[in-house]
Amino acid sequence: MSNKMMLIPGRSSKQGTSLNQGKLKEEYQTVTSTLEMNKDDMEKMGLVDGDKVKLSNEIGETIVSCLGKKPEDLSEGMLFIPYGPPSSQLMASDTAGSGMPLSKHMMVEVEKVKN
Amino acid sequence: MIEKTNKKVVEENKNIKIVHDATCTFCGCVCDDMELHVDVDEKRIIKSKNACVLGRAWFAEHTIENAPAAMIDGKEVTIEEAIEEAAQTLVNAKFPITYGLSDTTSEAQRQAVAITDYIKGNIDTTTSVCHGPSGLAFQGVGESTSTLGEVKNRADLVIYWGGNPAESHPRHFGRYAVTPKGMFTPNGKKDRTVVLVDVRKTKSAGVADILITPKPGKDFEVLWALRALVKGVKLSSDIEKETGVPLEILTDLAKRMKECRFGVLFFGMGLTMTRGRHFNSGALLALATDLNEYTHFVAKPVRGHGNVTGADNVVAWQTGYPFGVNFSRGYPRFNPGEFTTVDTLSNGDADAALIVASDPGSNFPKKAIEHLKNIPVITLDTKTTDTTKLSHVAFKTSTYGINTSGTVYRMDDVSITLRPAFESPFPDDEKILKSIKKRVHELILKNSHSGGASGEAKVAAAVNPL
Amino acid sequence: MSASMRIVNGQVYDPKNNIDGEVKEICVEDGKIVDSVSDEATIIDAKGMVIMAGGVDIHCHIAGPKVNLARKLTPEARRHDPHPSTPFTRSGSGGTTPSTFAAGYRYATLGYTTAMEAAVSPIGARHVLEEFEDTPIIDKGFYVLLGNNIFLHNLIREKRIEEFDQAVAWWVNATKAYTVKLVNPGGDEPWKGKRNSNVSNIDEKSDDDTLSPRQIIEAFIKTVNKQGYPHPPHIHCNNLGHSGNYITTLETMKTAGDLRAHIAHIQFHSYGGEVGKNPISKAAEIAEYVNNHPNITCDVGQVMFGDSTIMTADAPLAYVLKGHSKGKWVNADTECESGCGILPFAYQEHIYVHTLQWAIGLELFLLSEDPWRIVLSTDHPNGGSFMAYPKLIKLLMDEKFRREEMKRVNQKALLNCSLPELKREYTLSEIAIITRAGPARALGLETKGHLGVGADADITIYDLMDDKELMFSTPRYVIKSGNTMIANHEFKTDSKGKVYHITPDYDNKIEESLKPFFEDYYSIEFSNYPVDDRYLHQHEIIKTKTS
Repeated sequence: MSNKMMLIPGRSSKQGTSLNQGKLKEEYQTVTSTLEMNKDDMEKMGLVDGDKVKLSNEIGETIVSCLGKKPEDLSEGMLFIPYGPPSSQLMASDTAGSGMPLSKHMMVEVEKVKN
Repeated sequence: MIEKTNKKVVEENKNIKIVHDATCTFCGCVCDDMELHVDVDEKRIIKSKNACVLGRAWFAEHTIENAPAAMIDGKEVTIEEAIEEAAQTLVNAKFPITYGLSDTTSEAQRQAVAITDYIKGNIDTTTSVCHGPSGLAFQGVGESTSTLGEVKNRADLVIYWGGNPAESHPRHFGRYAVTPKGMFTPNGKKDRTVVLVDVRKTKSAGVADILITPKPGKDFEVLWALRALVKGVKLSSDIEKETGVPLEILTDLAKRMKECRFGVLFFGMGLTMTRGRHFNSGALLALATDLNEYTHFVAKPVRGHGNVTGADNVVAWQTGYPFGVNFSRGYPRFNPGEFTTVDTLSNGDADAALIVASDPGSNFPKKAIEHLKNIPVITLDTKTTDTTKLSHVAFKTSTYGINTSGTVYRMDDVSITLRPAFESPFPDDEKILKSIKKRVHELILKNSHSGGASGEAKVAAAVNPL
Repeated sequence: MSASMRIVNGQVYDPKNNIDGEVKEICVEDGKIVDSVSDEATIIDAKGMVIMAGGVDIHCHIAGPKVNLARKLTPEARRHDPHPSTPFTRSGSGGTTPSTFAAGYRYATLGYTTAMEAAVSPIGARHVLEEFEDTPIIDKGFYVLLGNNIFLHNLIREKRIEEFDQAVAWWVNATKAYTVKLVNPGGDEPWKGKRNSNVSNIDEKSDDDTLSPRQIIEAFIKTVNKQGYPHPPHIHCNNLGHSGNYITTLETMKTAGDLRAHIAHIQFHSYGGEVGKNPISKAAEIAEYVNNHPNITCDVGQVMFGDSTIMTADAPLAYVLKGHSKGKWVNADTECESGCGILPFAYQEHIYVHTLQWAIGLELFLLSEDPWRIVLSTDHPNGGSFMAYPKLIKLLMDEKFRREEMKRVNQKALLNCSLPELKREYTLSEIAIITRAGPARALGLETKGHLGVGADADITIYDLMDDKELMFSTPRYVIKSGNTMIANHEFKTDSKGKVYHITPDYDNKIEESLKPFFEDYYSIEFSNYPVDDRYLHQHEIIKTKTS
């Protein structure tokens, strides 16, 4: 079973503090591969905090672990992830003549990864 | 008192130096009220008074790491060898690109533009992937804007749109825009109405008196509706279906904007990185401009990196254009979408890259990163990153504002001179780039000398007085 | 240092030293004009050529925050005017707001070797000095905007004149400025704080303010004259561009009494008629006052048809012009000290007002009896680019050309001015005065604008031609500080000019009052505000009475 959802990469304080330690350090890697997800969506997909999910679109795919957010903080069908190497895997390179790739609001397929 | 004395003794034993009014260059707020306690022997900052959570991490984590100052293909070399290889690589390339520059001093940025001019390359900065679209919008409609002190002194309506300063610019609220007491805002927050517009309820929602959550990708429609309402155009309540925002909310906001004494619209990458891009920024800038018919209203992109604003300024004053500039014809040409770095990489144009203080190898689109892996890359960075790891030539440099002085431009174009805390054994970006520039210029004069009659004539003219 | 040089056979125009076209040898050593040089000196044969000192621009906008905003705003203005690199010079782009390198090189190609940036907010001073370092060849300095400074207004209002004197000197030192600049004094507060309104009368005091523009102007003229700056307050009067504003201009000059003052771009301030209606020329009235008052100097701010960029600290004015141009517009408020407005603009021959502005500028030149006190400027890029100077010189020197040009403009406007009756033609010596000797004297730059012994060896050599526009746009040689920058119309080398600034004395105690104000109302720390010396690079301090 799979679901289409909207991914919003963005900044977070933890991403900011951890990148000062070094982007190749474990904390940054962990922060940028933690996906925030609406709790109800997670329940529907049978996911609990820490479960791995695969995000994919026509550009690429990446595996991240998920973390539940209350519906009032993150609406149904929306995903948030701190910018980092995993979000780059899903970013299209077309800039439509602007220089800017669409780096937020990417429609992605979310699938539970079976261990 | 006793505690203080004891502490002082401890600090004396540790050989502590205090730097007052130092500047944090982590984000575009560029707060210049840092009090840094520096352990001189250990070469590290043990306390950064006044810093936010990001600033504290910035100061605490930039210590002296034991690593080579220069590497070629992952092997340690002397700095001189690395400069020679970097210069040769750049001069021999047909489409060399320079990129990054937002986390270094304007002095270093000036050297980087000079190198690119000499090698007839392509220069672009991280602006193209943050507020580049706002720069394009600026070219279309202009901008009514102000320095941050004016916001502190006067703003009674503060709107944040598509940004989350609580996490990206933590002191923006306290130091500049929401709580500070100013000349005409003596009661701070009480004298202001704060509005947050974002597609999700972020941590910034805490300061907002009014929270508006449009549907994702509908910012342009909301802004355009507000322009209409400000001008007195009647709108149908269908607008809610389209944008997710009820007409009453929009009508109320339009009224507040017209009636305030000094309004400000701060906007973030929620506008520039989403569907619409420069149209979104343009709609917002046009709205702020329209409002000046009724009251005083300003707008300001909330810039990310410590000196990304300096990068825009330096590239603009040296070339006439803010980013996305190509020198291949011997003079600067500006064309976003062609000379911007995501494009020069993902289209496969670039055949060498000089990357200063930036990590496209980690945060660019996949296709761009793949091309970066296939060309010789020269990097200058304070830390090891995905980009330095794939580099042909990698320089490890000192950190601006912590180890070296220089100039940075805050998000509102106000420039500040940095007060360094302690010395680094690594050279700074300006020094490395100056050396590369010198060598590149020598090589180019030499090549033009051996490269046919016109080249020879030029050099002859260069050495003949009169 | 540069080699020694002997320029022979040229006709020398050096009005300061009373040399009017005589053939005379000019000797150069170590960057200065000297009496004689040894036989080994390089010889330049200037037969059939005219020799003048390097040009001095007393009022232009070429560097700093507002210029850079204008560059970022208008890529279209530069796209078709590239400035290619050479093996020794950097590339750039031109248009009405050229990049720094292009600005320096292009001034040099006109034979100008000194230019003063005329409006810099104190907080923007560091930025200006950074751009100056990237503006090649020419020497430069800037005027610091203090006329809408809230701290200084408070001191004037509270009649704390001694502290005011100290604070002005502090600000000039803190920014490395050359003199103080007043722009629409008193106009910022209504603009920023009262829904974009403005002051319209020099004696106006708005309800909750007890300070009029006149009081501000008077305070600055007094302090600067007392402290003896080499150049007096540089004043952009209230009501720029508005019909009937010549009254304000006369009143501003009268406020100076017999103290020195410089009125900037006076053309924009010489309009009669009623506010809101078409202006008529009051050039005669303005010229008469200037002619009879040797304490006043001015620059014209000539309008030239074609593209321009409006950039001004007079934000309300830019907003008025936005209403006409209907295009993009920038407003940029600077905390506690300044405002700024920017927009692309074009002066068109068929438009009544534009023609009248063009004509008034020419009238002012032609009615002026003392060329030493009226300086050639276009208020670059407001009235047009400095690249239009050669054409302006031709308009002044060639009555026949002027009449041809007058056929192409709005004829109704010509009825409301005296330009058609004026037959005067400027001589080469008078051109040397209004482009070099006069501005150098008004600036108090004793080593500029002339070719006497001890002067800086900034020399321009033109081929003598009938077409004065061609002559003044293509000097054959340009020598800067004794180095030949241009020979036979080609760049031979690159160089950096120096920064001129002043250091009037002040008592450090003033910082005790300044610091708390900064802590309360500025957004940067007091200690980080002054510009430190490392931004000066090559520089020279010009003495004031008190430094």
